[in-house]
Amino acid sequence: MAQLPGLIKGLGVTFRTMLEPNVTVQYPHEKESPAPRARGVIALKEENCTVCMLCARECPDWCIYIEGHKYLAPPRREGGKPRQRNALDRFDIDYSLCMYCGICVEVCPFEALFWSPEFEYSEPRIADLLHDKTMLGHWMTTVPDFEQYEAGSEAKVKKVPR
Amino acid sequence: MSGLVLGLDLAYWQTTLIKVLVAAIMAPTAALILGYVFLLKIMSFMQSRLGPMESGPYGLLQLIGDGVKFIQKEDIFPEKADKWVFATAPIVVLMSTLLIYVFVPVGPDLVGEPVETGIFMTLAVSSISVIGILMAGWASVNKYSLIGALRAAGQLIAYELPMVLAVVGVVIQAGTLNMQGIVAAQANGEIFGWGGIGNPFIITQFVGFLIFLVAVQAELTQTPFDMPVAESEIMGGYQVEYSGFRFLSFFLAEFATAFAFAGIAAVLFLGGWWIPGFDFDSNTLNYLGPIVMFVKIMVVSFLVFWIRFTYPRFREDQLQTFAWKVLIPLALANIAVTGVLKVVF
Repeated sequence: MAQLPGLIKGLGVTFRTMLEPNVTVQYPHEKESPAPRARGVIALKEENCTVCMLCARECPDWCIYIEGHKYLAPPRREGGKPRQRNALDRFDIDYSLCMYCGICVEVCPFEALFWSPEFEYSEPRIADLLHDKTMLGHWMTTVPDFEQYEAGSEAKVKKVPR
Repeated sequence: MSGLVLGLDLAYWQTTLIKVLVAAIMAPTAALILGYVFLLKIMSFMQSRLGPMESGPYGLLQLIGDGVKFIQKEDIFPEKADKWVFATAPIVVLMSTLLIYVFVPVGPDLVGEPVETGIFMTLAVSSISVIGILMAGWASVNKYSLIGALRAAGQLIAYELPMVLAVVGVVIQAGTLNMQGIVAAQANGEIFGWGGIGNPFIITQFVGFLIFLVAVQAELTQTPFDMPVAESEIMGGYQVEYSGFRFLSFFLAEFATAFAFAGIAAVLFLGGWWIPGFDFDSNTLNYLGPIVMFVKIMVVSFLVFWIRFTYPRFREDQLQTFAWKVLIPLALANIAVTGVLKVVF
């Protein structure tokens, strides 16, 4: 008999929950926008990449594939020595392996990698999850601007190269 | 029944055929309605989710799809199973369910077979399912199945008693075992000389109603009394070896029985197919009765499933203790008090 108030209270909880509107979002029909800095997909600014391979080496899953070659760029001043430059041939991220840790984005010294909140890039074939540099460059258009830091912060707000 | 309503004079075999068809269609439809409304939707709402939404408008076709899926599946027999018994068990369970539909009235003339001892017959045929469950558990040659079946047998027998005893209170008050008679007793009854809403027995037999509801919950093996099929302990009990259509039969039987028992509760305690403002014998009730009955059944089913979705499972010994030490003494006291009051007033 001592349990009776609790039992009735329990019935009340389920009944109230039944009447309350629930928070389910009918995903394919209505979409919730993810948080602006959500880790959806990694975008590549190809011009900034120097083929330093830091991201590929730091990647815990080894899901970044980079190939490049050296070439001689014309000298800055007349009579100078031609400069040696690295050109990016291949930059692939295999999203079937990626675990979205973001180390590559953190580690990139030349601001070539950015997070984008886009997440709808599932594929029927697992091989199609390998995004090449064209695809990764396309994600660059979806990268949002960095948000302002809190008031009083002296850190410089980073800019997204457009 | 149909002969009178349609104004046709049908031969015995024709009316029998119609009755069989109606019962055979009613039971799966009832199971689908209860499954959709309560198992899929109300349960989801009580857990703050939406439930199925994609198959048909608001997921209406979800259970149809599930049924098609079950029929497509392979009919697996365990290697050492007693094949004949194993195959027959779901049919026995389903048959017990279908037989209940024969006796529950839904209108002045709408009853499968108006028996003088209707309520007695109904409760008797509903107990046949125990045999089917024992057959299923034994023939599966699986320890979990056997434990589940024995638990089911113990539970169903233990709760059959308080259920019958709760019904006895109603029967004493109505003075008849005939289900139409019980409806009539409620329709013609008076509350202290006022007959505006008749005398639905839920008022005078409230204790009986509560005992009946608890017992029905246990008879249907709905949570908190679902030890026979406890999936976290014995992985579905007697259903563990069943697949495809035979599993579907168990599922259909469970929900169709829930519907039928809600119907019995409506007849016994809520006034059955009669609603205030109509003559007991008026022909209108032949058309209105099924709707009234349906509404009352849904109300009772809501109570059953509300409790199912709220409480966790009992322990096996708690279940037996509750039946033998609480419900049965309470039901006996209820009978004694009802009997005394019946004689005094």
